[in-house]
Amino acid sequence: MISWNQWLPLLVIASSLISGGVIFVLDEKRKLARTVLNLGGAVLKVILVGLMLWGVSRGELYEVHFPLTDGLEFALHASPFSLFFVTLSAGLWLLTTIYAIGYFEDSPHLDRFFGFFSFCVCATTGIALAANLFTFVVFYEILTLTTYPLVVHSGKESALRGGRIYLIYTIVGGAVVMLAAVWLQTIVGSFEFTERGVMADVSPEQYGQLRWIFALLIAGFGVKAAMVPLHGWLPNAMVAPAPVSALLHAVAVVKAGAFGIVRVVYDVYGLEFCRQISVTTPLAIAASITIVYGSMRAIYQDDLKRRLAFSTISQVSYIVLGTAVVGPMATTGGIVHLVHQGIMKITLFFAAGNLATTLGVSKVSEMDGVGRRMPWTMTAFSVAALGMIGMPPTAGFVTKWYLGHGALETGQDWVVGVLVISTVLNAMYFLPIIYVAWFKPPKGAWAKERSAGQLETRWSLLMPPVVTGLLTVLVGLFANMPLSPLDWAKFIVDLEYGQ
Amino acid sequence: MSLEAVFLGLIVLPLLGGCLAFLSRPLALPANLVVAVGQLICAFELARTVMAQGPLSYKVGGWDAPLGVNLYADGLTAMMLVMVAVVGGTIVLYTAGAMRSIKDDTYDQQLFWPINLLLLASLNALFLSGDIFNLYVTLELLTLSAVALIGLVGTVDALTAALRYLLVAISASLLYLLGVALLYSIYGTVDWHLLGDQIQVDQVKGDQASLLAIALIVSGLLLKTAVFPLHFWLPPAHSSAPTAASALLSALVLKASFYIILRLWFSVFPYAEFQNAGTLLTTLGVAAILWGSLQAINQTQLKAMVAYSTVAQVGYLFLVFSLASDAAVAWDAWSATVLFAVSHAVGKAAVFLAAGSLQYATGSKQIDSLAGIAREQPVTVLAFATAGVVLIGLPPSGAFVAKWLLLQSAIASGQWPLAAVILTGGVLAAIYVFRVLSLSLLRCEPRESCEPRETRPVPRLMQYATLGLAIVAITLGMMASPMMELLKVDAPFSANPFSADPVSVSTFREVAP
Repeated sequence: MISWNQWLPLLVIASSLISGGVIFVLDEKRKLARTVLNLGGAVLKVILVGLMLWGVSRGELYEVHFPLTDGLEFALHASPFSLFFVTLSAGLWLLTTIYAIGYFEDSPHLDRFFGFFSFCVCATTGIALAANLFTFVVFYEILTLTTYPLVVHSGKESALRGGRIYLIYTIVGGAVVMLAAVWLQTIVGSFEFTERGVMADVSPEQYGQLRWIFALLIAGFGVKAAMVPLHGWLPNAMVAPAPVSALLHAVAVVKAGAFGIVRVVYDVYGLEFCRQISVTTPLAIAASITIVYGSMRAIYQDDLKRRLAFSTISQVSYIVLGTAVVGPMATTGGIVHLVHQGIMKITLFFAAGNLATTLGVSKVSEMDGVGRRMPWTMTAFSVAALGMIGMPPTAGFVTKWYLGHGALETGQDWVVGVLVISTVLNAMYFLPIIYVAWFKPPKGAWAKERSAGQLETRWSLLMPPVVTGLLTVLVGLFANMPLSPLDWAKFIVDLEYGQ
Repeated sequence: MSLEAVFLGLIVLPLLGGCLAFLSRPLALPANLVVAVGQLICAFELARTVMAQGPLSYKVGGWDAPLGVNLYADGLTAMMLVMVAVVGGTIVLYTAGAMRSIKDDTYDQQLFWPINLLLLASLNALFLSGDIFNLYVTLELLTLSAVALIGLVGTVDALTAALRYLLVAISASLLYLLGVALLYSIYGTVDWHLLGDQIQVDQVKGDQASLLAIALIVSGLLLKTAVFPLHFWLPPAHSSAPTAASALLSALVLKASFYIILRLWFSVFPYAEFQNAGTLLTTLGVAAILWGSLQAINQTQLKAMVAYSTVAQVGYLFLVFSLASDAAVAWDAWSATVLFAVSHAVGKAAVFLAAGSLQYATGSKQIDSLAGIAREQPVTVLAFATAGVVLIGLPPSGAFVAKWLLLQSAIASGQWPLAAVILTGGVLAAIYVFRVLSLSLLRCEPRESCEPRETRPVPRLMQYATLGLAIVAITLGMMASPMMELLKVDAPFSANPFSADPVSVSTFREVAP
């Protein structure tokens, strides 16, 4: 019999699998039942994750293993790093679900949408909890499949085109990851995620092969993490509805890629070993190029969502950069940015979605004076944008502080240069938006204004960005309190560095 | 349940049911349903017993070889029988749903029922055959029922395809029979266990007659399995047959001749000395994967696309002949191939059934007419997508686990080109599967920009039988563990946990020869 400790990780995944399955079977017209299932599944998941957190803090071990063949095992575990990611995705998913219910209201094919929406989060949780590279790849591919219907949800020609590009990138990326994972397995035997890696017994003759595998893994995961030059799908996927963009950028797809890279560096290869075969500097350079390139492109985008997409390309590579600059401070900065970027970026996308649905505004050039019409939304947006720039006391400041310190600590001063350039560029594409939104008068009537009574827009659209905007400040202000993301990241780093 | 009943249930039950279905039209459907349930129970019972007791043999009527017919079941046999029972049973349900609501007066639909049971009986008998002559007999029966199914519609296209299939299949059978006769004249036995032992002892190398016999047998079977470039007959036959028949042919009938190759190659022939021949077979497989996938991408008709996909997927089954030459990875490659075959059978059957439903709904064979069909046929499109994932080989399908193992074997034995082909095949499959799915999700804005179209409702039983099979197909990877355990029973490469002598289940008195 499997015990409770084995059940719990399965239940965390099943909570959204089952609600997704039932939503598919349900008649599309039964809106209330679907909403209850959606929220019920999301709340249940948050509760289960909470239980798991509580248990882990008391020293419980949550693990489950199913052998599939002699060499392959489907395995889940709740390590501190898994929990870090799973808490992020479960929490933000709940908010995104609320947002999506308000966003779509009565548009067609919602059974399909929310069914795949649930499956998608199920895959993300699986990625977080995967205990070995095989299980990781399984959920990573499922994530590709379940996000496709969300990206093309509108069914318009442009959406299908975006979806096609998304698939080409991710399917090929998935194949590369699979090749690398299998190759690695033939060399190392097993690839259980282990702190400080599994490369202890590898002989120096195999370093060459291991470098190739490393490059393939980074390339494969780099597709989803949108690292330059593999980022082409992300701006095209902007055709997706706003809740999907929020999910892609903050919770699921891009994060899964970044999480994969971090997993490979820390828990498969191990930092020490990565430095030994000298793959960290190329990775840091690739991340830096992505950071600068993404920001440069963002400046020239007039479409708000496209600007945010290029911003994501840039910001997600902070995580990779923190990973590649080997040193406890930088690592802390990289890991904590996993959460910080998620909270900030989801706020920005929620806000962009609100502008589009409430006012019909989707371009930066149309945003004059939106702050007066939608003060709450734009306050949240501004806070998150300032966070992205790295203003204290927001979450973004904490990240950049740790990254910069970490780079100096290990003598890689050039990284500070990258951070400074990036910060300037961030300011160049975010500050104008904040300026026109608050200080310019509206140009005239809004393109497609919809009234929602006393509030500036529906409460279900307003509440999520306000909450995440508030969080952006709170996790920055209380960064040093116990149980803050930073505190947690430090704990993970202590494990990785074996202190 | 007594094991005799299990053996007989798998062969005699569908045969009797077939006769009944032929004689009495009202009883045709009930007979099919009873057989579907009966063979499902028997197949699982057999798998359970094989797992617990090791390989089984059964002398029909208590007569020993060379006079009697010897039935034999090990892990591979049981696996194949379960596959037939699951896929065959679902096809019966689907067809029942189709015939209840859809009346097609152009041909006699009811004739499907007896032929279907004859086909299932010959499949079961083939997998249970313990000697190469009975393999011939059952293979021939299988061919005849398959030809009848293809020609059932009676259109010119269908009859041409059926006749071509008949000619190809009969010549293939003759090649095979010639080989069998030669082997019998040399070794004096047709029992494949004894034959295997004899060939190992006598060292076939250099023996021209034996080599000729083996070449004849293998080339006959290659023709039947439609491996590139002998696939020419398959796309017209599989795409012009009625939907249920297409599913049966692609999913099960091809696997039967492949099963014989796999069985003979690794359990009877001295494959270690046929490295070049093995490489040749694998090269054909590689060509099949690439050519079949590209052709599938080029098709404008839905069922033709699915049929070419079969050509490609059959290619994967032939990678084992080169991979298994490295003893270290032989078991992985062999078990992955069987897993792939089963996975493809379930997945491809679901894809064909879904394609048939879509074709019925739109009244057109063209892929282009599927624009926006997901709105009208969400369940069927979901089934097509789910089973399509199996064709691409993504998790959690069995094909994913199988591809992982094949890839592992290819890399571990240093056969990098094969690794590249395995991955490329998946990407190409994604192109043809998602081409259909993408089109089906299209929404015309404004509505007037699309051609107006009437779609017919598809009976619910058809929709849900297809979806059920697709869900089985996609979750098969997570059930790999029991499947692998079953395959280990008397497998050519794994450490056999059971004695070499099969447990005899005959309760009859042994008759001395």
